[in-house]
Order: sequence, then C-alpha cells, then structure tokens
Amino acid sequence: MTTLSQTLASDALTSGRLPRFTVPVIAVASLLVGIAVASLFAGGNLALAAVLGFVLYLLAMETAARVVEGARQASDRRATTLVTGAFILALLPLGSVAWEAISKGIARFDLNYFTMSMRNIVGAGGGAVHAIYGTLYVTGLASLMSIPIGLLTAIYLSEYGRGNRLAKSITFFVDVMTGIPSIVAGLFAYALMGLLIGPGFKSGFSGSIALSVLMIPVVVRSSEEILRLVPNELREASYALGVPKWLTIVRIVVPTAISGLISGIILSIARVIGETAPLLIASGFTASLNNNPFDNPMMTLPVFVYDSYAHPGTDVQAYWDRAWTGALTLILIVMLLNLIGRLIARRFAPKIGR
Amino acid sequence: MSQKLTREPEAAPGKPEPTPSPARPDPKRPGETVFRGFALGAGIAILAILAAVATFLLIQGSPALLADPAALTAKGYGPFLEWVLPYVFGTVWAAVLALAMAVPVAIGIALFISHYAPRRLAQPLGYVIDLLAAVPSVVFGLWGSLMLAPAVRPLFTWLNANLGFIPLFSGQVSGTGRTIFTAAIVLATMVLPIITSLCREVFLQTPKLHEEAALALGATRWEMVKMSVFPFARPGIIAAVMLGLGRALGETMAVTMVLSGGRNITFQILTSENPNSIAAQIAQNFPEAFGLKTNQLIAAGLVLFLITLVVNMIARWIVARRAAYSGAN
Amino acid sequence: MSKRIETTDLNVYYGSFRAVEDVTITIEPRTVTAFIGPSGCGKSTFLRTLNRMHEVIPGAHVEGEVLLDGENLYGVGVDPVRVRRQVGMVFQRPNPFPTMSIKENVLAGIRLNNKRMPRAEQDDLVERSLRGANLWEEVKNRLELPGSGLSGGQQQRLCIARAIAMEPQVLLMDEPCSALDPISTLAIEDLISELKEQYTIVIVTHNMQQAARVSDVTAFFNIAGTGSPGRLIEVGPTDKIFSAPDEKATEDYISGRFG
Repeated sequence: MTTLSQTLASDALTSGRLPRFTVPVIAVASLLVGIAVASLFAGGNLALAAVLGFVLYLLAMETAARVVEGARQASDRRATTLVTGAFILALLPLGSVAWEAISKGIARFDLNYFTMSMRNIVGAGGGAVHAIYGTLYVTGLASLMSIPIGLLTAIYLSEYGRGNRLAKSITFFVDVMTGIPSIVAGLFAYALMGLLIGPGFKSGFSGSIALSVLMIPVVVRSSEEILRLVPNELREASYALGVPKWLTIVRIVVPTAISGLISGIILSIARVIGETAPLLIASGFTASLNNNPFDNPMMTLPVFVYDSYAHPGTDVQAYWDRAWTGALTLILIVMLLNLIGRLIARRFAPKIGR
Repeated sequence: MSQKLTREPEAAPGKPEPTPSPARPDPKRPGETVFRGFALGAGIAILAILAAVATFLLIQGSPALLADPAALTAKGYGPFLEWVLPYVFGTVWAAVLALAMAVPVAIGIALFISHYAPRRLAQPLGYVIDLLAAVPSVVFGLWGSLMLAPAVRPLFTWLNANLGFIPLFSGQVSGTGRTIFTAAIVLATMVLPIITSLCREVFLQTPKLHEEAALALGATRWEMVKMSVFPFARPGIIAAVMLGLGRALGETMAVTMVLSGGRNITFQILTSENPNSIAAQIAQNFPEAFGLKTNQLIAAGLVLFLITLVVNMIARWIVARRAAYSGAN
Repeated sequence: MSKRIETTDLNVYYGSFRAVEDVTITIEPRTVTAFIGPSGCGKSTFLRTLNRMHEVIPGAHVEGEVLLDGENLYGVGVDPVRVRRQVGMVFQRPNPFPTMSIKENVLAGIRLNNKRMPRAEQDDLVERSLRGANLWEEVKNRLELPGSGLSGGQQQRLCIARAIAMEPQVLLMDEPCSALDPISTLAIEDLISELKEQYTIVIVTHNMQQAARVSDVTAFFNIAGTGSPGRLIEVGPTDKIFSAPDEKATEDYISGRFG
C-alpha cells in the first residue's frame, strides 16, 4: 500500500519502465547460461538446461523489475512469466508424445501392418488389421446404439422436458454417467453378458455396450447444448405457421443445429475410439481377425497396443514397434476425427446470430 | 384449407371444459405422440442403463462380498475389505499426487489463455491444450513407461540424494523409474486439459465490469487477476479440480502400464515398492481371472464407482450452488 | 377471408401469477387494431392468447374465451396447431429460417405441414405472397438464396409473406417494426394498410405515432404497478383515443406523461 500512496503522492504519469528489449535479452541470456552450465556439469542434459534457464530468467527479471519498476510491477512480471511457463510446460508432454509416436511408430507404419493380422506370428512382421477391423466394428456398433439414444434424450431435455422433474433427474444421471470410470463400464458389459449368455463371454458387442455407457452421456451433453443454442424465435415462427411441435423439431430445430450435432457426435466418437480398459475387460484379446462382433473375443487397436506392450514375446522390440505404430495410428485417427468435427462445426454453421 | 379448428371427431357437447394443458401434446396427432414417446423413451433408457450398471455390478460382485472370508483367505487374497483397502489407498494417493502437480499448471494455462495470450491466439492455444485430451490413454501409458520412466530416473536420483530427508523422497530409488511418481506425472498430464478447459471457461466468465473496475483503480494485470478473477472463479476452480480428481481416480491405463504396483501402503514415491490402484489392479488381473476372483475384481470396480460417484457429486453440487448465487449464467 | 375476434373476461396466467385481467374486446374484420401501453402491461401476452402462442411458455394458461367468428379457440377438442394455421403471427425480430432459401421460407408453412403442392402452384403461391408483402420486386431474382441474407426490413417482409402464404384469417403482429430502421418501418406500415383489405390485423406497438398512422381502432392497456395484472383500460376508434379519450390514464399516456 505504501507504494500506491507514494505513486499517488507524486502526480507524475511516468515511472521507471524496463525497456522493451529487456525480456528477450534476459530470456536468451538465461537460456544460454542454462545450456552452458548443463553441458559443463551434466553432459548437456536438455531438461536441466531448460529448468536452469527458466529459474535464472525468473530471478533476473525479478531483480531488474524490482530495481527499475518497483515491487508491484515485479510481481506482475513474475506472474506473467509463471503463467506463460505453465503453458509451455504443457506443450512438453504433447510434443514428446507426438515425437515418440511418430519416430518409433514409423518403423512399422507399412503395408503389412494394415493388411496382416497377428495370426501365427511370433516375433517380427504381422500387423494390426484384425485390431483395426475390431475397432471399427466395436466403435460402429457403439455409435449405432449411442447416437439415437443420446440425440433423442437431448431432444427430450431441450424441447420437451424443460425444467420438469423427469428432465432434471435425467440431467442429473447423465452427469453421474459422465463420471463412470471407463473400466467400470467394461465390468458392467462383462457382468451383463455373463448373466445373459454365460460366464466369461467376451465379444465385440460386449465392448460396444461398454463404450455406449461412456459415449451416451457425451452425446447427450453436447447435443443438448447445441439444441439450446437454436433461437426460440425460430420455434415460435414455426408454431405460428401452425406446424406441430414434433415437425418443428424435425424440420426446423434439428436442421438448424445439424452441423453442431454432427460435430458433437464425431467428437464423441473420437473420445471413445481410444478407450482401452473397457475393451480389455469386455472384448478380450485375439491374434486373428474376427468378423463376427457377436461372438468370440475381438481385438481392437487400443487393446492391441496394450497387449503388444504388456505381453511381448521373445522378440520384444518387434512387439514394441507394433505397439508404437498402433499408437501412431490411433493418434492419427483421433486427430482426424477431431479435425473433421471442428471443421464441420465451423464451416456449415448456419448464421443464427445477427 | 379446412376452416375447422377442431379435429375429427367433433368434441362431445355438454362436457365440462377443462383448461387446456399446454404441456400435454394433442393425443390425436400420432406423429407428435410417437416422436415424443421416442424422445421420452430414450431419456428413460438412460436411467435404465444406469440402474443396470449398478445392479449388474452388484449381482456379479456380491459373491465376493458375501463369500466366507476363510474361503477367500484360502484362495490367497483375504477378506474383501482387507484386500481392497491397499488399492483404495493407491487409487487415492496416485490421484492426489497427480492433482498436486496438475492443478497449479492448469490454472496457469487457463489464465494464460484467458487473460495473458493475445486475443487472436486464445482460441488456437485452447485447441492445442484440447489436443492433449484427445490423445488416447493407452498412448500415454506407452509413453509413460517406455519414454518418461527412463527419462525421469536422473531426477529421481537427484531428489533422493538432495531432498531424501523428506519422507516423500526417501527410500531406495527404483532402478526402472516406473514408480507411483511417474504414474502420477502421466495422470497429471491426462487430467491437465480437463481442469484447464473448465477453469478457462470460468475465468472468461468473470464480469468485464469487475476487471475494468480493478484496472481503473490502477491495478497491474496480476493484481486485477487476484482482485477480480480469482474471487469470482474460486468455486469454479474447486469444481474443476474435483472433476479432474474424478477422472484421475478412474483412469486405468496410465497406472496399469507405468506401474508395477503391489499391496503396499507407503508414501515414498521414488522406490520400487509401490501401491497399485483399483483400476490398474482390475486391468492387470481380469484377463486371467476366473471364478471368485472375477467376482472380487468386479466388487472392486463397484468400490471405484462409488468413490468416483461421491467425488463427482461434490463437484456437481459446487457447480450447482455457484450457478445459483453468482448470476453468471 | 377475415374473421372477427371477440374475447370476454379473458385472464392470462403465468403459473399462479395473473398477467392479464378481465379483457373484453371485439376486434373487427378488415380493420387494423393497435394495442398500445407501457412495457409489461400485458399487451403482447394478450396478443399471444389470440392464437394460443402463449402456450409455448411453460406454465402459461388462460381463463375465459376467445371467439373466432363465434367459435371458441379454447373449446374442448380445439387443436392449437389448427388455430395457428388460421391466425398467423409476425414477431418482434425478423426470424426467417436460416436453413432455408427465400422461396422455401415462403413455402415453409405448407412444406412443414407435410402438404403436397404441384410445382406451378407453389411458384404461384410464392409470387402471390411475396407480392402481397411488397417484396417480390426486390427478391424475384434470388429466390434460391438464403433468407438470412436480406436486410432487416426485407427479412420482416419475408416473414409477413411467410405468414400470409398460409392464407390466415387474422394476422397478429407483435411490435413488427421495433427492430427496424425508419425507412423499413415505413415500408411495413404501408404494407399493413394494404393487408387490411383482406385480413383482420392486430398490431402491438410501442410507438404511438405508428398506432396513429396505421390503425383504425386503438386499445390502451395499463398496469397499476409491478406485480399487478395488466388491464384493458380503453378501446375505441383511433382518432378518438388520440384526441379525446374517456379515461385520464389514456390521456396521460398519449400525451407522454408516463410510459
């Protein structure tokens, strides 16, 4: 507070400011010192250099700002540094994951990988075509169940049930469902099938049930949000033309929101397509292609990655290479779905807001 | 066009006129009835699914809960509660460690995006963080065990040598780097985008007037954030943390693939004696399990479900309470 | 093609709150009736009860009757959807359907009700309705373009075309010009004068000059205070209401002493 009253006491509008070049100069200098120290004492450890550089930058800026600009500005600059640092810190794992997946996955990113299964393969070679098919079956069936249920529920919540008790309890339980751990969804599907068909039954469809439990709440939440964005004026305009409510929903509300709905659905598929734990439980493992999702275990890409990693045969490297290629494929699929989803949301959005 | 207002058949004359209830659809319009029925049915199906999840887990888990403790002991895993307790500890401990690392960073990132980054960059930067959320968990698991674990070993050795007097860092450093600390780092990376995006949303909702009032008083940007953004966002931050916690508790693959845990209850995070989480325990043992063991694992899943349920409920409750009084929505 | 509206002791409620009290009024065919009054006096709410649009708001309900040429809109077995096909409505803000072209917007009422109509007849209806709304000349070369590309005033006339394409008996207008600039407002007002040859028109307006310009009959609504229901204070020929009203409150409002 003393600083504030001092500032107020003098009427000057100017005060000490660090020149603009201070930030880049100190940043580069700290980084160089960090690298120098790291290479002298720790054999050029990059992480150490970065950490040292960051700490040095913090200290140098703190001192410079305190001397020239005062304590308040110094703490403001410290906050800026820390906040920016947090963002850069988050980029590290992202960059590292991407780099590892690409550099290690590219080795087996070949034709065999996408045309062969693991049937009768020990050691090098083979591929993940059985797992890719499995992922398509399992995710496809899950979408087939989740999209209608999720979409219709969202329509009920936003169009019919606004504020009534049933709608409130559905909203509540959708929230609860969002929080179900994925492995519990897998256990549920397994338990259900165990009681319906027989203990130990595993199939692609069991996995779809597990994924549906995870996917439905995502579809409901995103669709409901989008449907609520459709201006009431459009519904009123339609009612005023003597159009019944259900036709208004089908012909006006849904078409107006369609790009958002599709984008939400694609993002929800992207969300579950990489799920591993529930499929591990409900769909199991197999080395060969299974084209019947309703019987016998079915391999899926995430489980293939896990299995290759966790149960390598004698030729560990060959299994781990396949795992990395699987990881790369998964990342590509998920990124592609995300990209498509966002593009659709942006490109085809009707101009609602004026 | 028909000039009739009523539909066939004609209204029965002489009946007392009920006030038309707007909520009810016209029962004589089949499309309306069918469509509404479908929508309602879907909503009820969700309730049924959730009930089924609880019921089937109970049915399939109950043999382990009801079995004679002696029989379970004979099979080598003891009475249920005694068996599950170390895993409950592991689950909570890993999640708490993860949050301790993720929360400050997430708040920082959210603040960077909402109040520090240039306006034009805010949205793309948000996407970048969302990309982290899009990476499948099995990929993080692979990365954590094959890349991160070896990479953090020098750090572990250093921490142990220089800060070993702190119980957390004491003990014999693991030779593989695959400890609960590594697992927690991976978990932290995975919950980071969730907490970030929720915090970012709350930060952006801070009333502009509050911010401008602070700036007009001559506050620096950081003082403005402390004066107007944080007080406004506190309940939102807490809710985001709770939701992140719920996610961290239930996350399976990161722990399964990074950690070789056992039934240890220890707060040392650098040693090779590690606790295990419920989810990882299930994932590691389920494929080979049969008979009572399967039931026991399902019962453990039920315990996990209950823990995450409580955490998520608290989070939702905070969100709802906040929505009620803040007027932000 | 226009019908008389009569209401007797009509009360409108939002839940248990009475928003409009005891309105008794007769609205003549082929005239323009304007509802004026301060904000929150229930004039828009009352207007919406004339085609049961208030039912869109949860909890809103009506006591009393509204007769359309003697037939009660709230009678047993009356289908609000059919009511709205005869009593069209134009809203405060122009709201063309963003997913539809200009032509589709005009045909929306027909198409959305799953009615089949030969192409030639459709084209004919589109031209007739757009001409009726004084919009044909401006849009005849871009019927396939989205309706949201038009200016605000054109959009509002498109909405009027959309309403009259249903060939209603009555046209309700809820502050149709409040979101428009003065020139567009003038175009709409001219249109209203033409439309009254064929339709019963009820218009809610905040703008007293507008009421004076376009209406034959003016009804003044008022509330005693916040929380009390709106009431119909006085209704009469527009000239009389604006020059020599019977009620003191009407005079105060007209002369700008409140509201």
